This record gives sequence, C-alpha cells and structure tokens, in this order.
Amino acid sequence: MKLKTALLTTVFVTAAASVATAQEITVMSWGGAYTKSQVEAYHKPFTAQMGIAVNSVDSDNPATPIKAQVEAGNVTVDVADVEFSDAVRLCDEGLLEEIDLSILPAAPDGTSAEDDFIEGALQDCAVANIVWSTVYAYNTENNDGTPTTIGDFFDTAKFPGKRGLRKSAKATLEMALMADGVPAGEVYDLMETEEGIDRAFAKLDTIKGDIVWWEAGAQPPQLLADGEVVMSTAYNGRIFNAAVAEGQPLEVVWDGQILDFDLWVIPKGAPNKEEALKFIAFSTDTQRLADQASWISYGPARKSSGALVGLFNDGKTEMAPHMPTAAANLENALVNNFEFWVDNDAELNERFNAWLSQ
Amino acid sequence: MTDTAFVEFDRVQKSYDGETLVVKDLNLTMPKGEFLTMLGPSGSGKTTCLMMLAGFETATHGEIRLDGQEINNIPPHKRGIGMVFQNYALFPHMTVNENLAFPLEVRGIDKSTRESKVARALDMVQMGAFGNRRPAQLSGGQQQRIALARALVFEPELVLMDEPLGALDKQLREQMQFEITRLAHDLGITTVYVTHDQTEALTMSDRVAVFNDGRIQQLAPPDLLYEEPENSFVAQFIGENNTLEGTIKSISGGIAEVALDDGRIIDAKPINVDKPGDRTRVSIRPERVEMDVSRLPKGAHTLDAEVKEFIYMGDIFRTRLSVAGNDDFIVKTRNAQGQTRMQPGQTIKIGWLAQDCRALDAG
Amino acid sequence: MADMTADLSQAGQEKLTTADGKPLKAALASAQARSKRRAFFLVAPLLVFVLMTFVVPIGQMLHQSVYNPDFVYKTDVTTKETTPIMVNLRAWFDENPRSTEPDEAAYAALVADLVVLREVKAAGIAGTRINYERSGSRSLFTKSARKAGKLEAPFKEALLDVEDEWADPTVWAAMRDASSAYTLNFYLAAIDKTRGIDGSVENVDEKRALYVKLFIRTLVLSVLITFLTFVLGYPIAHMLATLPLRYSNLLMILVLLPFWTSLLVRTTSWMVLLQSQGVVNDALVGTGLLADENRIQMMYNQIGTIVAMTHILLPFMVLPLYSVMRPINPSYVRAARSLGATSWTAFRRIYFPQTIPGIGAGALLVFILAVGYYITPALVGGADGQLISNLIAFHMTKSLNWSLAAALAGLLLAGILILYWLYDLLIGIDNLKLG
Repeated sequence: MKLKTALLTTVFVTAAASVATAQEITVMSWGGAYTKSQVEAYHKPFTAQMGIAVNSVDSDNPATPIKAQVEAGNVTVDVADVEFSDAVRLCDEGLLEEIDLSILPAAPDGTSAEDDFIEGALQDCAVANIVWSTVYAYNTENNDGTPTTIGDFFDTAKFPGKRGLRKSAKATLEMALMADGVPAGEVYDLMETEEGIDRAFAKLDTIKGDIVWWEAGAQPPQLLADGEVVMSTAYNGRIFNAAVAEGQPLEVVWDGQILDFDLWVIPKGAPNKEEALKFIAFSTDTQRLADQASWISYGPARKSSGALVGLFNDGKTEMAPHMPTAAANLENALVNNFEFWVDNDAELNERFNAWLSQ
Repeated sequence: MTDTAFVEFDRVQKSYDGETLVVKDLNLTMPKGEFLTMLGPSGSGKTTCLMMLAGFETATHGEIRLDGQEINNIPPHKRGIGMVFQNYALFPHMTVNENLAFPLEVRGIDKSTRESKVARALDMVQMGAFGNRRPAQLSGGQQQRIALARALVFEPELVLMDEPLGALDKQLREQMQFEITRLAHDLGITTVYVTHDQTEALTMSDRVAVFNDGRIQQLAPPDLLYEEPENSFVAQFIGENNTLEGTIKSISGGIAEVALDDGRIIDAKPINVDKPGDRTRVSIRPERVEMDVSRLPKGAHTLDAEVKEFIYMGDIFRTRLSVAGNDDFIVKTRNAQGQTRMQPGQTIKIGWLAQDCRALDAG
Repeated sequence: MADMTADLSQAGQEKLTTADGKPLKAALASAQARSKRRAFFLVAPLLVFVLMTFVVPIGQMLHQSVYNPDFVYKTDVTTKETTPIMVNLRAWFDENPRSTEPDEAAYAALVADLVVLREVKAAGIAGTRINYERSGSRSLFTKSARKAGKLEAPFKEALLDVEDEWADPTVWAAMRDASSAYTLNFYLAAIDKTRGIDGSVENVDEKRALYVKLFIRTLVLSVLITFLTFVLGYPIAHMLATLPLRYSNLLMILVLLPFWTSLLVRTTSWMVLLQSQGVVNDALVGTGLLADENRIQMMYNQIGTIVAMTHILLPFMVLPLYSVMRPINPSYVRAARSLGATSWTAFRRIYFPQTIPGIGAGALLVFILAVGYYITPALVGGADGQLISNLIAFHMTKSLNWSLAAALAGLLLAGILILYWLYDLLIGIDNLKLG
C-alpha cells in the first residue's frame, strides 16, 4: 500500500514537473483564415525548431482583452496581434512590454532589421508582421454590372442591395469621405475638422438603412456568400481566401483601400515574456513573413520578404497581384493614420455610436 | 316522469376515455325538497354524477333534467345550482363578505340588497362577526360554514355538496351534519349530498343512493337501506354485517332453506335469489343474532359456535365467534341485566329469526 | 418532607437561577449564543462568497464611476507603485479660482508636469483622461510631453508654439475637472451632459447625445419584451399547470430546452431563421406570399432583438407562473362558475388575482434580465437594436473608458433598485413567488 502511494506520488510529481517545464506560449489573433496562415507559417515551424508549443487563441479584436488582463494582474496572453493605433495607444498607457528591437534578425543580405522593415513597422512596444487593408468586396452573382470605385459602394441606386460595414468608426469614415470624392491624401486633414466628420456621417446617412454591421473578420465573406449583403467592406485577405481557396464568387475592389499594419505586442506582465520575444523574432524574419503570404494575401512587413513571395499554397495562384501593396492596387489607397486614431478613436466612436442609434 | 320530479337522471352514461363507463345507465328521480345522499366507495361514480349535475362534466349519453328542463347543454353558471366543495373553495384573496357577495354581484344585484343578503346568510350560519376576515384566518369549521352560506346566499333551489365535512374532526362533523340538515329543511332546499361516510348518509338523508361500479345499487330511505339491503354489496357496505356462504336448497312460503358450505342448514329470507341450486351469501346483522336459542320459535335452525373473543364496550358487548368456518362472526348484545358474558373457548348455540337473515346474491 | 416543601417554595421565589445557581437569563443567553454562533459558521462561507463576488465588485464598480486618478497619479501595472503627476498644475489650480486666466506661472507648472509625464511614461494615460472630457486632447499631451524637456521660459509662448490648442480654455477647464480624482463628470457623461468652461452643467452636442436615448430604448424594449413573455407565457403556464403531470412534465422539457442550450446557439439559430435570406423569408417567398425583392428585414434591427430576447427570456416568465398556478385548486374556478360567474368572470375575478404573485415575480425577473441583456442584442440587434448594456461593454472592452462604463452601470443599477422599491410599494416583495 505504502509502496503504491509512493509510486503514485512519484508519477504525479514527475508529471507536474514536466508540465511546469514544458514551454508553451499563448498567441492571440483574429481567427479564421488569418489565424490559420499564422499557424502554418509561424507557429508550426517555431514549435518544430524551438521546442516551444504555441497555443493559438482568437478574438474579434485581440487589443480589447489586454487592458482588462493587465489591470487585473491576470495576463494569460503572451503575444497579441493588434492594429496600429491600438498598439500605440496601449503602449502609451503602459499596458505593453517594450520590445528591444536588436533581437530582430537582419535580412539575408545583411540589411539591418531597422532598415529592412517598412517605415513605421517598428514601434517601441510592437513589431509589425503584415500589411493588410480594408477593402470592399462584392458577390459577382448578386450584382448587375461591375463596381469599380469606392463611390459605387455608396451608390445603392446603381447597385441595389445591402452593404456590410465594420461596426467601428475607423476606416468607415475614411471610406465615406473618399466615396464622397475626397482624394486619399486629404482625408485625414479633413477629418481633423468638424465639417469633415459631419461630411463623412452625411455620406454614411445615404446608405444607413441598407447597412448590415459586422464585427468579426470572418463575417463579411459569410454575409457575401449567404447573399445577406451584395457588397461588404472586409479585410482583404479574408476575401482572397474565400474566393481563391473556397471558390466563392467574390471580387475585391481596391479603389479606396485603407492600408494598416498588424503588429505583435506583448502585454505587460506576460507569463512567458522570454519565449514571447523569441517568437516575435522568429516569426518576423524574412522567410517566415514571406511564407505567411503563401497562406493569405497580406503583405509582409519586411522589404526583403517581397522577393520571396511566390505562389499561394494551391500551387498555381500568383500572390503578388492580390497583395494590398501591389502597385496596381495602390492607385487610390490610403494609409491609416494611427496618430489620428489614437487621439480620436474614443471621441469618434462615441459619435459613431450616437449616430448608429439615431 | 312524475309531476313532482325536480331532478332527473334519465339513462345517463359517462365515459372519460371512450373505453370504460364510469357511470352506467343511471336513472334517478328526486322530488323537490328532498335531501338525497349519494353514498359509495371512491371510484363508484357518485362524484361524477354530481359534477354532471353541476355542469362541470358532460354526460356521454342520456338526459339530465332540472325542474323538467333538460340541462345537458346549459353551462354551469346558468344552472343556478349552489355548490359546496370538499375543500370549501373559498376565494383566498377575498374577505368572507366578498366571497358571499360574489354570486350576488355576478347576478347584478345592487349593493344594499347584497349587503343585507350577505348579513342574513352569515347570521344563518352564526358567522355574523367574521365578515371582514380572510378565509385563511378562519378555522376549518368556520370555513365550512362560510362555504355553506355562500352556496345558499343566492337562494338556489338545488344545492350540491361534495363531501363537505371530510376535513373536519368527528365532533365538529356531527354538529355540522345536524346544522346542514336543519338548514336544508328550514329553507326547503333540494339537496344532493355526496359522501363515502355511511353514518353521515344514514343520519342526514331522506333517501340514500348507494353507488357501486357506476350503478345505483339501492335507492331507499336510511332505515330500509339498513334493514332491508337488496343485494350483498349494500348489505356489506351499510353497517356491520355477518355473512355466510352457501347454496339454496329450497324456497317455499317466503323462507329459503340454505345449505351452508359445511353442510348445515339454516333458514333465511330470499331476497335476490331465484331457485334452488343458486349460490348465495346470507347476511345477518350482529344485533339480530340470538345467543339464547330458547327464545327462538320452535323448529328454528341453530348453529354451533365457538367463542373466540369477548369485548366489553360499555353499553354493549361484542362477541366474536367462529361459525361455520367464519372466524369473524360478530354478535352484539345489550349490556342488559343478567346478560351472560361469554368466555373465549366456550361452545354455544346461536340462531336467528328467518326474516332477519337475508339470502342475497353471492356477490 | 418539610425540607422538600421549603425547597420548593424557595425555588418558586427565585426563578432566576438554574440548578447550579447560574442566573437563568445568562444561562439562556449563553446557550443561545452557542447555537447562534454555530448558525453563523454555517452561513459564513456563503456570506464570504457573496461579499467577495458580489458586494465588493459592485462597490468597486461604483467607486470607479466617481473616481479616476489618471490625472493625479500613475500606477505601474506590474509593481503597483504610484507616482504623483501633474503636481505643479494641481497646486496652481488650488491657488487660483476657476475664472482665472492661465498665466505664465500656470504654463510653467504645466510644462514642468509634462516633463514628469514624459519621464514616467504617463502622457498617454493623462492625455486619455483629458480626452474623456474634451476629445482630441490626447495628442496634445503626447506631442507636448515629447518636446517639453527642451522648452524654455517664457513657457506660455514656448508651449503655444508647440501646440496652439493649449490656449483653448476648454482644455484648461477639462484639466481643472480632472485634477481631482473624485468627479461626477462620468455620471454627467452617462446622461449626455458635460461641463462648460465655467464648470456649469450643459447638454452635449445633439450629434453626440446617446445614452439617455439608449436608456429609454432599453427601458421601452424591456417593458415590451416583459409584456410579450407574459402574453405568450401565461397560457403556456396555465396549460402546463392544468395538464396531468405526465404530459406537463414532457411539455415542461420543451419549455426548458432552450435553458439547456447555449445562448449563442439559440441566438445564432434565430439569425438563421430571421435573416433576409433566412428560413422564414425563404418560406414566405417560396409560398408566394412575398415578392423576392420585398424580403422582410427581421434581423439586425429591433425586431431581431425583440424576437430573440422574448424567446430566450420566456422560461423565466413561465416557471414562476407555473409554480404559482400549479397549486391553485381547480375547484376555485368551479366554485365561481357554480356561483353564477361566466368563464371570463371566473378567470378575471378568481383565477387571475391568485396568479399575480407569479406574474410579479416573472415580470421582475424578465425585466431585470432584459435590461442587462448583452449578447443577443449585440449579435442580432444591428444598429437600432442595441441596448445600454452593449454600450457598457463597448466602454469596458473597446474604448477602455471604465469610469464611464461604471457610471452607466451604476445608473442601470439605480434604476433597477428603484423599480424593485416600486414593486415592493405596489405589490409587496413578500408576494414575490419564484416557485
């Protein structure tokens, strides 16, 4: 009896010890095809090479749980994938760990990481991994004719039917202004003014009754495929995957796209900070970023990765024309102004909510 | 049927499930002012009959008439029948006064008339001081009186009572039995009273209908019912009774000779037996058994009996005998001067008058 | 014998001692104290649990709704150390009344504080706090703090060179308001009010007015949903209560089935049913009752919220009703009928009044749940089906303005307490019957 107890105890102690030393980090991302691309391009090779398991969790917006977790002193996420303005804001509020940029590997040709990353991709607390964009897409089977401009999205006379839009002021207001004829370069200047914001809401008013609001990135392809909406704003990679990988009749309109970074951040007090830093360094090297682009049509944040981007994982689709950064797609494109949104996010979203409820 | 018929059941049948009949071919006629009790074990159909009369159940077949008018399709609230329920069914959210005023209110009677009628009804049951109480603040007996007053306050000609005294203790029950009969007679109301308590039935009623198996077994005034039961069910159900099983040997001159199963012969009065050879169950009341056979007429048959037990009960003695294989044969004797007290184990002779011993169906 | 009588008479005179001479009252008290203590130990775990999981968090929430120290000190999230910030400016505010024009001393204090903000990395937080009062102020702090170290006297001129917005009196009014950690401004914001430059309360711009409207909508929709669950639930509960147990148990399972299904599953099934390409619309179009282009929009608006919430909250109405109806003896209605009441009168005067405790309990339960409902309106409510709880969630998770979220929640809590009080006044809490 005693021997048995002793044996059992040994077994449990050993098991507990092995759990404690087993290395695992938790990475929070946006779900769907995007998380899948990260799992394939980053998580799996990282675990294979470093022996550190990656636990992937999803959220509609990974920035939202961070404050609550940090303030409650109960941080479960080691690495989160957040938008630019959120990364800056959270960093300013002291909710993120600072990242020593010297851990990032140089490009294969020796270019330092600082020079290799696209301008703005490296921040005090954040390292960008992709360039993505908010575009609008349409279901080719539910529209007569071909929408080509951002103006068409707001033209329900020409293209009747419901529109899907993200339930957020960000990107929505910019698109409204561009659709109203404001050139991309003047959008943020105009939005600094009360008149500019009024103008954006006035434009949104013209289609307000036809809007179905979405919150999770996986929703727009679904809404489009179901025929719930005929056009919807979306993250460009989600549409690409629905169209190319799943064969849905969806088409992206690049006119008026809004480019943004997604960045890795480490919440303050993350349980496995060292491993998290290793993960960020690993996943943002030239090859990994290029690999990710073979799973979803988001542009790598390193210049040196561009040359390595080839075919989609179906082995035949050329990725380059589907990237938000492709020259043809940049004709009328807007780069998200994170400073503007850091400052005005609360205010404009409040106004946006008030407008929604009117 | 007759001119005096006030309540009539005419070939009424009732089935709940379409497979079995709960009430089988019920025929009953009540004159105005009668106090009739439906007595029977549970499941005998008596309550169903009452509910059909009240209008809460519909007859599957047959006619029910009230004062000559068919009421099968008249809803309960138009029948004008007062009813007292087993649990009193006093409305818990209303005061006693409001409870009593309710039937008057729904009849559109004006307030002052209402008040005077309610007061009169309460006085009638000696509850005048309780008008502002809620039912929950009253004792069981008081609730019973209020329920009675409520059933009478709108002056119905027919009142139905569904085991109204079941929840009361014995003393209160006896008092209420008396009050109910007094009120019914004083007010000249026709009353149908349902109970499974035979004492209640016997003491209160003008006539008693004994129910069993969906049929009226016997409809008769209490004394006839007790003394002249027409079948063995009634004989068993009403009062205490001794039975012996046997076969008819001969019937002549209103006397049947019955051969008991152990071969001995007794005399009995044939009631619902036809011919020699029929199985029969003879029935004799404990107080009609004679233990002093010398007092019987000459030639009367006697039986041997062994005393099993003697119980002293004050006014009477109760002697348990073993007679012709029946170990539970009871004899009641008055505690009169000189009455013998039997000892267990003693063997005696017993006998009875032929007309006190009824040869009934074998059950 | 004589001794015994003496003993007895003595006992009769001195009733106040026990056999061993202890005063009776003290003995009784100590005997009861023991059982009281034991009873207390039995409930202690629950008491602690309720205290920790209910009273304390609600207290913290209410505290947060009037307390925001982001402009007073900075707390390091890991070490929990606090550093006072804006010390100089707060001193200047204390010395000078509200009407004072900010002078050079004020600007000097501000610049000195900005330098500290930069050092302790609190510019973002302090700026966000001012941003709550006056939008667009955040960048003012982050930008100016970056440059503050290099500024030289005269500070007014130097700072206005960096950002001329500093001259705006609304910035100074906002900073003055925020310089006290305790403030009612979040409650003002929660009822669409704000403070003007002179500190007076005024309405916010009509385009930003939101919360009062949402409170009203929440109230109206909750009342409507409560009424709908009552109208739908009453007959069901009645049927369940009158059927034989064998059948009613079976039907009860149908009523309870939604309880055992995940809320999300139920909500998304309503989406499948009600969306414009959904089952209901398809059926209507398929049977020719509706033209394809006239599909009814039943989802992503108030209809969706009402339908889905009515369904989800229905059991909370049916169960208390059922528990009240089940013991009502059918003889009450029969008695009323025999006394001359029509079936409608019998229902209205006799049956219905006896079910009021159940209606009260069900209505209170459904209403309180509806007022705080969050997931369903978020999923199916679209824009005009949002309730106040969605905005609370928005401020909790997205805008991270927890003080405003707490103020909104505080108002909601107060509203429910008032309702509870009214209920007690009108019907009486002791008449509440949950089964």
